[in-house]
Amino acid sequence: MKRATTDPWVARYLLVGTTLAFILFFLVFPVFVILIEALRHGLAFYFSALTARHSVTAIKMTLMVAVTVVPLNTIFGVCAAWAITHFKFPGKSLLISLIEIPLWVSPVVGGLVFALIFGNQGWLGTWLETHKIQILFAFPGIVLATAFVTFPFVARGLIPLMQAQGSAEEEAALTLGANGWQLFWRVTFPKIKWGVLYGMILCNARAMGEFGAVSVVAGSVDDKMTMPLQIEQYYQALGPGGLPRAFALASLLLLLSVITLVIKIGLEWRRLAPQVINPIKPSLPH
Amino acid sequence: MHAVSTLPEKGHNFVPMETAQGQLGQSRRSGRRRKHILPGFHLTLGYTLVYLSAIVLLPLLALLLKTITPTANYPSVYKVVGHVIEVATDTRSLDSYRLSFGISFAAALINGVFGFIAAWALIRYQFPGKKFIDALVDLPFAMPTSVAGLALCQIFSTHSGYLGGPLHDWFGWKIAYTSWGILIALTFIGFPFVVRTLQPVLSDLSAEVEEAAACLGANRWQTFRRVIFPAASPALLTGIMLAFGRGVGEYGSIVFISSMIPYLSEITPQLIIIKLDENDYVGAAGLGLVMLLMSFVIVLTVNCIQYVVSRRRKGA
Repeated sequence: MKRATTDPWVARYLLVGTTLAFILFFLVFPVFVILIEALRHGLAFYFSALTARHSVTAIKMTLMVAVTVVPLNTIFGVCAAWAITHFKFPGKSLLISLIEIPLWVSPVVGGLVFALIFGNQGWLGTWLETHKIQILFAFPGIVLATAFVTFPFVARGLIPLMQAQGSAEEEAALTLGANGWQLFWRVTFPKIKWGVLYGMILCNARAMGEFGAVSVVAGSVDDKMTMPLQIEQYYQALGPGGLPRAFALASLLLLLSVITLVIKIGLEWRRLAPQVINPIKPSLPH
Repeated sequence: MHAVSTLPEKGHNFVPMETAQGQLGQSRRSGRRRKHILPGFHLTLGYTLVYLSAIVLLPLLALLLKTITPTANYPSVYKVVGHVIEVATDTRSLDSYRLSFGISFAAALINGVFGFIAAWALIRYQFPGKKFIDALVDLPFAMPTSVAGLALCQIFSTHSGYLGGPLHDWFGWKIAYTSWGILIALTFIGFPFVVRTLQPVLSDLSAEVEEAAACLGANRWQTFRRVIFPAASPALLTGIMLAFGRGVGEYGSIVFISSMIPYLSEITPQLIIIKLDENDYVGAAGLGLVMLLMSFVIVLTVNCIQYVVSRRRKGA
């Protein structure tokens, strides 16, 4: 018997077909293009492109930035989630909204704000110049801009997760004589570790791949390039070998995004990922 | 207040958390608890506020103050504000807004259509490879925008592009380095926002309502148009706004696929960088302020949709 919720087969095939076509064309095709272009000049060229001086510098820079930013934002995320979910205080919703700001703001604005502070005409520009401290067009500037754009990633997953878990187990541990540190590592952390990992994975992917914010603060100083910036630099370079090198470096970032996606999906399928409450619930007309 | 604390079926981590805050802090409020039982309140909140201020709030404040503080070139407040307004409203900037907002909006609408179809197909139908396809939807979230831009450019470039070459030879179309290229890049970037916002809503629709519609004599199209679509439209609108907001700020992928010709194909983020390079910090801050205000409007719109939905739900 045909059920009332079943669509006609024409509609089914048409909609599934459209979905497959759209996703294959827009999402899968670009991935294959990167792989084909990266490898079409042979493996030897591929590895030589990745070990070229500029590539190595960029890879190192990207790794250093990620290694600095991800822990900073993770510690922040855990602290913010602990304060927001275990205590009542005025202005809590405002605090949650403020944490979300970087998600809404253009990454270029995220870089711009630091340029306005540390640039030569910025608020601290003259002071930094007299003290010979380099922040813009250097590692600290890149770290700050990256920290800005990846700011909410850990916190926004952990807050709903810890909210759903409640404080009962922590309070029980407290009555059994645990101190704050034991409480966190023995009771809370085991419950939130997958949520923390989930946030760190997303934070890391964005930190390694960020372009807009970093391009504002890094400018085009040769040795201060992250991988996305170096890809653009190779792309703009007119000589032969520029474009293949860009694709070789891009394939590394593609690998990163595939790994990120696999871990993310793995955590979601095992229901270990934090589940953010969806604001828009269906409201059927009665 | 509505005390709904049901969780959706899957992780939907990009739905704006602040719009969900109505639900946060509600579930445990019934039992009166003393204020701070657990340790670490001052430490964690203190660190949160300090880090938030250092990375987000003070830098944004620096931008706001830059638009009103006199400098050597603009020695009075009037002159600074005058220059900000002049830069924010000159023809080049207006053209860049038109391009940024116009193409982002077009891309968001395209994503609205195809995102709805994809969300519907992924929730309602069974087909081989469905789980894999569903996982792929997140790819634009995980993939660096510069990688996407590079790939799209290689596909659509007129010289050696996989599709761009034939399209140019056969039809005379140019896609890369034109507004069409930007449109394609922004469609790629915004797609998951619509799908992931719609999926939980479509999967929560109860079959009874559709069955009731069928019992009352509605055909499948009428059921969709009169019952399903109205229920899903707030989520669709939210997804479109999220994709729009993301598109307006996008820079990484567009650098590759746009020619960045002034007045013609120059987006606002690019103009900000040009102003910085010209050492016009005040002008750059002014354009940054325009973009901040625009994101603020988008956030407000999303929150308004949420408010209307929760009102309607409460009234129902």
